[in-house]
Amino acid sequence: MLVRWLLVLCAVVMPTVVHADAFSDAVGKLASEDQDTVRSGVQEIAVSGDARSLGVLHALRDGKLKVDGSVVVQEDGSKWKRAVDGSVITPSSKPRKVASNNAVRRAMAPAIARLELTSKDVTLRRAAAEELRRSTPPEELAPVLREAYKAEKDPQTKGSLELALADVDLASRDAAKRYEAVRILGARGDIAFKSKLEPLVERDSDGSYREPDGKVREAAAEVLSSLRWKELTNRIVGDIMYGLSLGSVLLLAALGLAITFGLMGVINMAHGEILMLGAYSSYVVQILFQRHFPEHFDMYIFVALPVAFVVCALVGIAIERTILRFLYGRPLETLLATWGVSLALIQTVRLLFGAQNVAVAAPSFLSGGWEMLEGVVLPYNRMVIVLFGALVVAFVWMILTRTRLGLEVRAVTQNRGMAACMGISTARVDMYTFGIGSGVAGLGGVALSQIGNVGPELGQNYIVDSFMVVVLGGVGKLAGTVIGAFGLGIVNKLLEPVSGAVLGKIIVLGLIILFIQKRPQGIFALKGRAVEG
Amino acid sequence: MLALSCAASFGMGCSKPAEKSEPEATEKAAEAPAAKEEPKASATGPIKVGILHSLSGTMAISETSLKDVALMTIEEINEKGGILGRKIEPVIVDPASDWPLFAEKAKELLTREKVAATFGCWTSVSRKSVLPVFEELNGLLFYPVQYEGEESSWNVFYTGAAPNQQAIPAVEYLMSKEGGDAKRFVLLGTDYVYPRTTNKILQYFLKSKGVAEADIMEKYTPFGHSDYQTIVADIKRFSKGKPTAVISTINGDSNVPFYKELANQGLKAEDVPVVAFSVGEEELRGIDATPLAGHLAAWNYFMSLDTPENKSFVEKWAAYVKKANLPGGDKRVTNDPMEATYIGIHMWAQAVKQAGSTDVDAVRQAIGYQTFRSPSGFDIQMDAKNHHLHKPVYIGEIKPDGQFDIVWKTKEPIRAQAWSPFIPDSAKKVADWTYPWACGNCTAPKYVN
Amino acid sequence: MLSKLKSERELQVVAGAFALFGLIVPLLHLFVPETSPLHVPDYLVQLLGKFACFAMAALALDLIWGFTGVLSLGQGVFFALGGYCMGMYLMRSMAGMGVYKSELPDFMVFLDWKELPWYWQGFDSFPFALVMAMVVPGILAFCFGFLAFRSRIRGVYFSIITQAMTFAMMLLFFRNETGFGGNNGLTDFKKLVGYSMQDDATKLTLYVISIVALFGSYFICRALTRSKAGRVLKAIRDVESKTMFCGYNTRDFKLFAWTFAAVLSGLAGALYVPQVGIINPSEMEPSASIEMAIWVAVGGRGTLVGAMLGAGVVNGMKSWLTASYPDAWLYALAALFVLVTLLLPDGLVGLIKRLAAMKRPKAPSNPGAIVAPEAGKA
Repeated sequence: MLVRWLLVLCAVVMPTVVHADAFSDAVGKLASEDQDTVRSGVQEIAVSGDARSLGVLHALRDGKLKVDGSVVVQEDGSKWKRAVDGSVITPSSKPRKVASNNAVRRAMAPAIARLELTSKDVTLRRAAAEELRRSTPPEELAPVLREAYKAEKDPQTKGSLELALADVDLASRDAAKRYEAVRILGARGDIAFKSKLEPLVERDSDGSYREPDGKVREAAAEVLSSLRWKELTNRIVGDIMYGLSLGSVLLLAALGLAITFGLMGVINMAHGEILMLGAYSSYVVQILFQRHFPEHFDMYIFVALPVAFVVCALVGIAIERTILRFLYGRPLETLLATWGVSLALIQTVRLLFGAQNVAVAAPSFLSGGWEMLEGVVLPYNRMVIVLFGALVVAFVWMILTRTRLGLEVRAVTQNRGMAACMGISTARVDMYTFGIGSGVAGLGGVALSQIGNVGPELGQNYIVDSFMVVVLGGVGKLAGTVIGAFGLGIVNKLLEPVSGAVLGKIIVLGLIILFIQKRPQGIFALKGRAVEG
Repeated sequence: MLALSCAASFGMGCSKPAEKSEPEATEKAAEAPAAKEEPKASATGPIKVGILHSLSGTMAISETSLKDVALMTIEEINEKGGILGRKIEPVIVDPASDWPLFAEKAKELLTREKVAATFGCWTSVSRKSVLPVFEELNGLLFYPVQYEGEESSWNVFYTGAAPNQQAIPAVEYLMSKEGGDAKRFVLLGTDYVYPRTTNKILQYFLKSKGVAEADIMEKYTPFGHSDYQTIVADIKRFSKGKPTAVISTINGDSNVPFYKELANQGLKAEDVPVVAFSVGEEELRGIDATPLAGHLAAWNYFMSLDTPENKSFVEKWAAYVKKANLPGGDKRVTNDPMEATYIGIHMWAQAVKQAGSTDVDAVRQAIGYQTFRSPSGFDIQMDAKNHHLHKPVYIGEIKPDGQFDIVWKTKEPIRAQAWSPFIPDSAKKVADWTYPWACGNCTAPKYVN
Repeated sequence: MLSKLKSERELQVVAGAFALFGLIVPLLHLFVPETSPLHVPDYLVQLLGKFACFAMAALALDLIWGFTGVLSLGQGVFFALGGYCMGMYLMRSMAGMGVYKSELPDFMVFLDWKELPWYWQGFDSFPFALVMAMVVPGILAFCFGFLAFRSRIRGVYFSIITQAMTFAMMLLFFRNETGFGGNNGLTDFKKLVGYSMQDDATKLTLYVISIVALFGSYFICRALTRSKAGRVLKAIRDVESKTMFCGYNTRDFKLFAWTFAAVLSGLAGALYVPQVGIINPSEMEPSASIEMAIWVAVGGRGTLVGAMLGAGVVNGMKSWLTASYPDAWLYALAALFVLVTLLLPDGLVGLIKRLAAMKRPKAPSNPGAIVAPEAGKA
């Protein structure tokens, strides 16, 4: 194999070698099947100094570069051009992709950055300088960087270059240079440099310091202690943010239950499966969009929300009409019957959609994240879910306090007999309440489909957590559910780095059990009529 | 009176499963008069084989397609006239992802159905639960999934990879220049025996390669864990400074949230590659693989392997899916454990032919050194000594469509090491079922001349 | 007079079942040739032994749910803890016989542990393990119940926090660091008090012991429910507040029943483990505990015979359906949950009684069988 491509390579490269420059040599390497050769090709293109280099590398990055036999060709609209000289050719067969792996891709970004450092476009220069700083430039790049630094006018680019140079200088033989480098890195306060400064204060196995110069050591130690502090505070802020995000997930999972359990006193063990149906609704809507409106694919989520609400509300009403209404006042029986319903729903979904998880692609505007602090990235989908949770809470609150139905729901919750006397059809109210609760669970399901797996067992993962949130918050209180969810989320995330994910969760569950012993009615106790079997 | 009827109904509730077998038994007796007296010597009826995969419960996701491919293989053999002039009859049972039920069903297969061999199990715990049953009743189990090693049984043939056929080559690749020259390693897994043992072997292995303790981070999450925010942030912090790679033994469901979080927090495959041992075509089938693209997986088989044997295997599977109208339709894929099941059944069939009998002892003797041209294009050999297959290793890069680009492969199949030489306690152990050792777990031969 | 007749009939039924399972099944297994249709094969004996353990757990659950009105969704924990105690003995008793020939159980060698953790001490002794199989669940139940009943958590609240307890315990036992073998649990047992566990005789003995233990527990539960304390428990189930006003300390009565039920479940678990050969945290899954509740509900809660019958019928169905119609099993279970709660609040026992009443509407000789089914109030 190896021999074969070597021969091929020689056959191709040899004739051109005689009069070709380093650039076309390097481009020729891209045709190789061996990724290592491709990688060195990429690096050689960058240092060839040829004006065409950047164009070729861009084409490679964008996947426009293909290999036709042994010729590297570039896609240009519907035409194909030779990458080396831009002459139009007709590819003999279907051109294959340039052999690539992580090492090739890793070489690409610095190579492009290096060339873009001299670009006229200031944003390109900024990005290039930042890329070079991030990827720890090799020492031979130092002269290039220094030159660019001297010529640079833009302060941001200059800052990045200064750091990149300082990074190189840390290994310098000149103690003054090293000291200066430590000072520059310290002034920037970037946590990423922590691991680079650490060796400066460490001792070797024979007890001597690795860094011979005391002044440099002192400066490094000082910078390190401030970096450690910064890392710790970032970490705690990060954990709290992650906790908020986990809390909003718990909130969305539990909100429907807060209505059905909290207001109606129905122990709906099939709640998890209603979440699951919501997630599957968003899957089905997504499939329809893929088939019929691929150009508006990202919009599917806005259609999925009402669809999930309606589907889940209908399923909820069906459960209420056929089973639950015969069991009011017998909460333990309700618990068992709804558990049965949940099993049937799981099995039905499994037969309809298969036991496999299904793919719910996030809309493109929900991928990626925002780096709030160094090391604390808040993914967009999680930020949107926090917002969405707030919206759903507002929606439920509006229904309960601002509509006729809400008024009736509250009346029935507080005193069923009296409400019936006032002419409220309690059976109808029960049906609608359960429908709304299930619909809200469906909305939660759509949100869950954006961050986790969608499969028949989805609901089972959330059912215990949902009940914990509602019980902890206090049955019948929306505010309690909100505080319960965020409290659980944050405590969980603060514990996780200390105890690990599993033990953290066990501790939280243990705390909830203890807490309920102290306050059996939850954080917000409902006065008077409590849910009681 | 009432007492009797109650007692009878009480009894009936429990003995139903036994009664069920009787009409079958009489039917068979009518077909093959000899079958009933001496089930093992019967030479005319179909040969029964057991298929012991969960069709419900949490493991159904993975195991269902192994049942399907087993049925396909059996059909393939039957279409060519079966073996020894007899058809193979699959007996499918559903242990429902319930580990004690695995033992119960295995017992049923061996004592009631008297199957000649059983193909099944996925999780280590299910294998451990049926192992005593197969050893006690002298059955044959073909286990098709990559596992943690540290085991060799007289009654089990392992057609999946041992750690040195998957994990070790993958880590060697990551440490190579090509694989990114990794100096720091995150061993991330779901908390159960396979990741624990694999990571233990890898810890010893990495240390033997001069990786410092401080450069290894080992973390476990529970089954179904879906919130990887904290862990990904930790990996991000850990990866600053030295080239880092993640070795993931995260199981099934948790993978998607993990990779999604990696992508959202901006950790790219070219910066911190993740190599996974439990992510294959089947796992990627149900999901949007875009966030996973560029990350790696190590297996002994990929659906995208470019060999004529694989082409025909994939076509056979597609045709079978269509014919049997399996759920998922044309989206169904082939994967490593399916290939291992396919190889296992064929090897067993070859051994039965050679032995001229389905007798367990004869088949076991015949199966050693049996070779089979596998879909990967190699003549795969069953090791008579340690009951494991020799397997080639591939490393694939995940593509957005859920298939793999093969970026590295071994030149030839590697022999399995049932006992890892990197664990001091295991290094001394020998799995060798041939004379004079005749032992799966010994430090000295059983028979001395 | 009437209730005496009724109870005698119940005793006859139970004695009949006892004779059938304790005597006839082993005899059929041992002395009827394998070819005979009357032969009880090996796997069936073990299956029945397993069901006997389930039936014991069902008795325990019935005691607190059917008789005391407290639905526990965490009974699986006590069952599993009893099983783990027995499993620990079985692991210790095969020290040096494991894969690594180490004094430590294999999974500890895997984890690179050098010595036994303190909580494994003492389990090399069989009597100690057997006592612990009852004491450990008992202590956990006592502490949990003491806290819960003291703060008057009842009804669905209690059910939900027992479910949380199960879930937490399951997570705890899933962790490998906890020291109970993680997800795999304890398995690959070799010997029980010196006898090989592969031996037919050992298995049959275990089966007979399970049957004897089941009926023994039945008689204890029967005596308990018919005692004065039993009547107080039923009073608590029906109207707790009134019972309290009558001067009974309902907390202590509930705590007693709850702890006793946990002890009984623990014993059932201890008998279960050597027969199935494995114990792992999946026994603590919330769904496992809910399934126990459906055994009792199907059989008829508030009647001890019903609990045992329900455990047998549901598990028999499970074994049969998972083999013959795997897809249908969950539907069948779902239907059981829904139909029993909607249509058969008294379970099968209630149904049998009703049928018997319809068949013989005017049987003058024994009117006791028809009138006032005891379980009606649950």
